[in-house]
Amino acid sequence: MKKNIIKVWAAIGLALLFASCKKDGPIAYNSAAKAELSVEFDNIVGGADLQLNTATYTNAVGESFKVTKMKYYVSNFKLTKTDGTIYTVPQDSSYFLIEEGVDDEAILNVPEGEYTAISFVVGVDSLRNTMDISRRTGVLDPAGAAADMYWGWNSGYIFLKLEGTSPSVAAADHVFMYHSGGFGGYSTPTPNNLKTITLDLTARGTPKVKQNKTTNIHLMVDALKVLNGSTNMSFAAVAMIHSPLPGVPLANNYANMFRHDHTEN
Amino acid sequence: MNRKYWIAVIILVGGLYACEKEVIETFVSFEKPANFPQPVYHFSTNTISKDGFELGRKLFYETLLSANNTISCGSCHIQTSAFTHHGHTVSHGILDRLGTRNSPPIMNLAWNTSFMWDGGIADLDLQSIAPITNHVEMDETMPNVLSKLRNSSQYPALFKKAFGSDEITTSDFLKALSQFMVMCVSSNSRYDSIMRNEPGKMFTTQEQQGYDIFKQKCNTCHKEPMFTDYSFRNNGISISSVNDEGRYLITQNNADKYKFKVPSLRNLSFTAPYMHDGRFFTVDAVLDHYASQVQYTPNLDPVLQQGSSPGIPLTTDERVKLIAFLQTLNDHSFLTDKRFSEQ
Repeated sequence: MKKNIIKVWAAIGLALLFASCKKDGPIAYNSAAKAELSVEFDNIVGGADLQLNTATYTNAVGESFKVTKMKYYVSNFKLTKTDGTIYTVPQDSSYFLIEEGVDDEAILNVPEGEYTAISFVVGVDSLRNTMDISRRTGVLDPAGAAADMYWGWNSGYIFLKLEGTSPSVAAADHVFMYHSGGFGGYSTPTPNNLKTITLDLTARGTPKVKQNKTTNIHLMVDALKVLNGSTNMSFAAVAMIHSPLPGVPLANNYANMFRHDHTEN
Repeated sequence: MNRKYWIAVIILVGGLYACEKEVIETFVSFEKPANFPQPVYHFSTNTISKDGFELGRKLFYETLLSANNTISCGSCHIQTSAFTHHGHTVSHGILDRLGTRNSPPIMNLAWNTSFMWDGGIADLDLQSIAPITNHVEMDETMPNVLSKLRNSSQYPALFKKAFGSDEITTSDFLKALSQFMVMCVSSNSRYDSIMRNEPGKMFTTQEQQGYDIFKQKCNTCHKEPMFTDYSFRNNGISISSVNDEGRYLITQNNADKYKFKVPSLRNLSFTAPYMHDGRFFTVDAVLDHYASQVQYTPNLDPVLQQGSSPGIPLTTDERVKLIAFLQTLNDHSFLTDKRFSEQ
């Protein structure tokens, strides 16, 4: 009888020990289970939050401007785990349209785990750009969400739009429209403005993804870097960009506009 | 006695049913003409059906596709002109706005490797978006077109019949139009019947001589049996006042400046005016160009630079024979085929 009681106490003690060990040790991930990971694209201009239509900013060549639209595709997300393995988000759920004032998040469904790096494509890859129309649904529907992000005359998606006004634009309405696109062409090579972004997440906080909790990777996206970079864009020189070739300097610039700010675990 | 009666009834009903079936199954789907190569259109992702084709035809002649509901695809692609815009240099669209190019024929599109004069569109299923949304053509938005069709009294049921769902999707809308367009096959010219060795069909002596000249002087670009090799070339016409740079607008490669797609010569008696901007009104004017007016503009095609002066030398006699041959490429049945007409 007494022996039995001891056994029970021992069992309870052992159980408590394990439980406390578990608490103090690394989080146990079930890599077979998937959980939500959101990626927030927080548009800014230099050191300030992007404010459409009202705030005035200045580019590297000293021209002042206002932004009326900032919209871009992010797609083909990949995440690197602490053990170095890479998880590729299935393509059919890996396209997002980010628009200032409308949508700033890409919601991913990824295996539980801790991740050290994220990569994604700005734009729509050549495979999807040449895919059968029946596969272009949701944000890729040229008669739906993509209606204003699609060139009909030169079949292909517009990857990024930055539009606004600048007194430096000579036209009466002072409007500038910078549209970037071009996936490399169907059969003849054409300019390719697809950019793959890879960001380290270790310095500013790794996301620890687990079911029943929220995890958010917060990225800062600097609209000023669409304009400033290896080519400093001038509104006086070029007010309208509506085809792949003149969009090349834009794409080279905006390849550097993303940075990891922090992670909310 | 009773049993025999029932057997008779069954046979009779069966017979009637079979008759009815025959009447229903008169729709002939896409067929490759015997003297044509394999088509390039992806039929595997768009199976042609009677309902799909008929829906596509209705959409082709549907004015709801334009911003103010006044013009349809058929407004600039007129069947009696082999689905071109006869009598206009450059086509006029909504509110008579002028474009910069002459509308090409809707003909044998299942063999086309690209669409538009500059080849900017590689998939027929994506082609319709361009004229619908172009400011000088139909000036409408795709979401608006779908919304108008969804709110119409007829279309949801027609889409259900054709695609199994009355929810009108972008894909089903574009594929219905493709079904109509790929069915517009023109393959019944005299040339075709002669090539297929149909009984009693042969060239006249003059046509045969013209055919020989054609094979010697034209067949490189206007390759048989489609009468185009689907390539982009600069044929030496003078640079237009709007400086249309053609294929360059798509590839943005300097080597493509002033190149345009080689058009088919089929039905050429009905598809005037000629060239991307419709600058030549007659076949004679075209032959004048090749014989004596070809200009050294950037990227002039090498095949037009083989002699001492650019172009294709043609004697008066050769021209007469060549034109006689070219007339054999006209397919009157295509222009009057009721299947392709507005119903």
